[in-house]
Amino acid sequence: MLLEVSGVTKSFAGAEGPVPVLSGVDLSLDLGQTMSLQGESGSGKSTLLHIVGGLDTVDGGRVLFDGRDVAALDEAGRAALRRSDVAVIFQQFNLIPSLDVADNIRFQARLAGREDAAQVARLIEALGLGDHRHKYPEQLSGGQQQRVAIARALAARPRLILADEPTGNLDEATAGEVLDQMLALVGETGAALMVVTHSPAVAARMDRQLHLRAGQLA
Amino acid sequence: MTRAVLQALAAHWRRNPLQFFTFLAGLALATALWSGVQAINAEARASYDAAAATLGEGRFDQLVPRAGDSLPQETYVALRRAGWQVSPAVEGVLRTDAGRVRIVGLDPLTTPGALSPVGGARDIDLNSFLTVGVLFADAATAGRLADLPQEVVTDTSVAPDTALTDVGVAQRLLDRPERLSRLILAPEQPMGLPPLEQVAPGLTRVAAQSGSDVGQLTGSFHLNLTAFGLLSFAVGIFIVHGTIGLVFEQRRGMVRTLRTLGVPLRRLILLMAVELLVLSLLAGGIGVVLGYVIAALLLPDVAATLEGLYGAQVSGGLQLRPVWWLSGLAIAVLGAGLAGAGALWRIARMPILASARPRAWAMAAGRGRWLQGAAAVLLLAVAAGIALADAGLIAAFALLGCLLIGAALALPLILGAVLALGQSRAKGVIGGWFWADTRQQLPGLSLALMALLLAMAANVGVSTMVSSFRLTFIDFLDQRLFADAYIRGVDRDRMPGIEAFLQDRGATVLPLLRVDSRLAGVPAELMGARVGPAYETNWTFVAARPEAWTRVAAGEAVIVNEQLARRAGLWLDDMLDLGGGLRLPLAGVYGDYGNPVGQAVISETRFGVVFPDETPRQFGVLGLDPEELRSALGERFGLPPGSVVDQSSVKAFSLGVFERTFTVTAALNVLTLAVAGFAILMSLLTLSAIRLPQLAPVWAMGLTRGALARVELIRALVLAALTALLALPLGLALAWVLLAMVNVQAFGWRLPMYLFPLDYARLGLLTLLAAALAALWPALRMARTPVSQLLRVFANER
Repeated sequence: MLLEVSGVTKSFAGAEGPVPVLSGVDLSLDLGQTMSLQGESGSGKSTLLHIVGGLDTVDGGRVLFDGRDVAALDEAGRAALRRSDVAVIFQQFNLIPSLDVADNIRFQARLAGREDAAQVARLIEALGLGDHRHKYPEQLSGGQQQRVAIARALAARPRLILADEPTGNLDEATAGEVLDQMLALVGETGAALMVVTHSPAVAARMDRQLHLRAGQLA
Repeated sequence: MTRAVLQALAAHWRRNPLQFFTFLAGLALATALWSGVQAINAEARASYDAAAATLGEGRFDQLVPRAGDSLPQETYVALRRAGWQVSPAVEGVLRTDAGRVRIVGLDPLTTPGALSPVGGARDIDLNSFLTVGVLFADAATAGRLADLPQEVVTDTSVAPDTALTDVGVAQRLLDRPERLSRLILAPEQPMGLPPLEQVAPGLTRVAAQSGSDVGQLTGSFHLNLTAFGLLSFAVGIFIVHGTIGLVFEQRRGMVRTLRTLGVPLRRLILLMAVELLVLSLLAGGIGVVLGYVIAALLLPDVAATLEGLYGAQVSGGLQLRPVWWLSGLAIAVLGAGLAGAGALWRIARMPILASARPRAWAMAAGRGRWLQGAAAVLLLAVAAGIALADAGLIAAFALLGCLLIGAALALPLILGAVLALGQSRAKGVIGGWFWADTRQQLPGLSLALMALLLAMAANVGVSTMVSSFRLTFIDFLDQRLFADAYIRGVDRDRMPGIEAFLQDRGATVLPLLRVDSRLAGVPAELMGARVGPAYETNWTFVAARPEAWTRVAAGEAVIVNEQLARRAGLWLDDMLDLGGGLRLPLAGVYGDYGNPVGQAVISETRFGVVFPDETPRQFGVLGLDPEELRSALGERFGLPPGSVVDQSSVKAFSLGVFERTFTVTAALNVLTLAVAGFAILMSLLTLSAIRLPQLAPVWAMGLTRGALARVELIRALVLAALTALLALPLGLALAWVLLAMVNVQAFGWRLPMYLFPLDYARLGLLTLLAAALAALWPALRMARTPVSQLLRVFANER
């Protein structure tokens, strides 16, 4: 199993003491599988995604990635995990504004030491970014930026792709198009995909659909 | 409505205390350095004026005793009875428990006009001055005289460390009954006076010192300080400009909302201008206080320097003179106004429905880049044109302005090109991102880097000038003070005897004759020298024909100092009319640094023909130990010890004073660099808030916060190093302008330019240290940024 989450708890400091966000979450995900995570705002979806991706730490429970306990890793260990095994696609795209499209796509792959020029070129063409490779993020539309973010994630050949509302900032037509491309390309790589979404339509495209309510899987 | 708008405007500062601090601190620092330097200059000038008014030194001829340090009062009475218009003066040092005070006693009834403040004092009548005894002194000196029975009136126009009183009171205080120090000669004397030798054979006449205008002498020194103050102010204004730009950008949304709610644009602009005025007055006030502290700390060194270099007495205590604190406030308001004018103009032109989103102020790369480049090229071209035209002092200062502003405008473009080159050559992924990201940060850091460029260029330029001056001055001292000792104040009658006495002992005697004159229409001194190997070996020329000294010795040529040559438009081979029918060709031009007066030198023999009545006032003596000489002349001729001046100790003293001069320069250097370092710190801190969304994705992709912090630190160092490299040629250009143009135009001499690579390397390291210190805090903040803050960047509900 690529990812095993068991009994994960997390709370944040509030004005009147700790506010629990996750209260004993268990889930698992293997290579080639896709999973959606739905829930209301504040239900803990993004927090769970951040914990799984090594961006945040747990208060209790375990997160095993390929058998390694992510919770036991220090900051450098978590950074190494993010570099080599996990890629995150954000709703806000979070591209690097100082790099052009091609360099943005190559960036994480180079960090992971897995740059493959042919793969990058194929992704650029597959996502329709050929005419924009030398443009900077500020010169792209929202849909184009999200395609770059997807290409960046895939170019690094991670084993786990985490997507946080990947189409949340896009109009319906563009969202459908981007989702199709993302699922097709993820399918080709054989990576596991976990998508946090509000959209039932997006969730319906995943192998499994999970719901978070008040910090627990429903 | 006005109140509501003001509250809304003030709310921005409350929400952004760092910006508020940056604005106030930037403007206050800029004002502090400016007003500090102005305070020093004002104090020095006031002291010069006070000295001239109090002591009359250099303004009137005087009668002094041939030997000893005092003359009997009867001599004064005898001279007055014989018709001589003289006024008595007593001088001496009074030691009190609180320190030493120079007591000057004058006679208000006979003193030549406007010599002193006596009689001009508001509440003291002449009667009480003459009978009861009243002393006039500045506040600091008055405090030291509090124990005296006489009334002490505070008068800021009296020279520092000096108390002025009636001659009789001074005699009592100094315990010198019936003795006087000197007699001051009124400029107008009756016809047919009996000769001085007949009435007072013990006295000798000393001409007014033509070169004692200390204000003129010290002009170069004060010019340097002023240039430093102005540059420091410019550096500070860069901080203010950056802050105001950011503040106004961030307020675009608020401005739009206020206008949408019905606030008239005119009212809004007016209130923002008032806000700027109030804040600039507040910052200016803080700056003036800081300036006072800086000036108070530096003034003792400056005073010692001026006294040692130019013999100028400057008060070590600082007064709150309106001239400098008002100018400090004015320049703070003016600077803030200049910095804010552009921002206000943009607000005034902004459509009411303009995007409220800040236009990524710090990331507006490329906008107006070409315009900036064109302005830089234009300014640098103008600077080059002025340099070629060499058109005067004002033009030289215009050249300095064009050069510095042009270079500052060109800096971001040059850095951008260098960073692009770095990016194209980068191999690793982090390296590539580093260069690209640094390019992106450049617009946000440009103003701070411009400030650093100006600060470092000013340091290189001014220190090169000062150090070149130092080297030149050392050479000059060696050149001029080649004799082992100098004998001064010897009368004509005893000269042959002394000369023969010294020659019998194997010494070389070099008499120096001098008259005040006008040469080529310019006030100048004509000197007669006994030209010999000593002159030929030691004096160096700025320009000379072969055998110049031989021709001077033969009475066939004249040499002049550089000041006279430049002022009178003379150069080699030109004919110079020396008066008395003597007309000689110019064989050489020599450097004469620190002397404002033109000078020409001919042979002793030629001089004697034209001015047969003139006697030497000074002898240089070579080949005898000064101490031996002093005691021998004292025993044999009764010369007071002060008549023999040991020049090796004068040299040592002068060099010691020079080192103190550099203490002041070094302090100003450090302060200017500190302001530039502060500019970088504030820019980086301001940017750090904007930086988080740019750095968070890189962190998410696997770089630790520590690694990002290190990158931020390295970025600041790389930018500072590149700026320092560019500042070096700019600083050298600045030094060249100061040495070859400003000094020539202002003072009449061109100093040779020397290079000081070790100093520049040290300065470069200091600059890197300042940049590293400035970047350390933002980098530490980055390293300690809570993960939750980084994650917030990715939050969907931002």
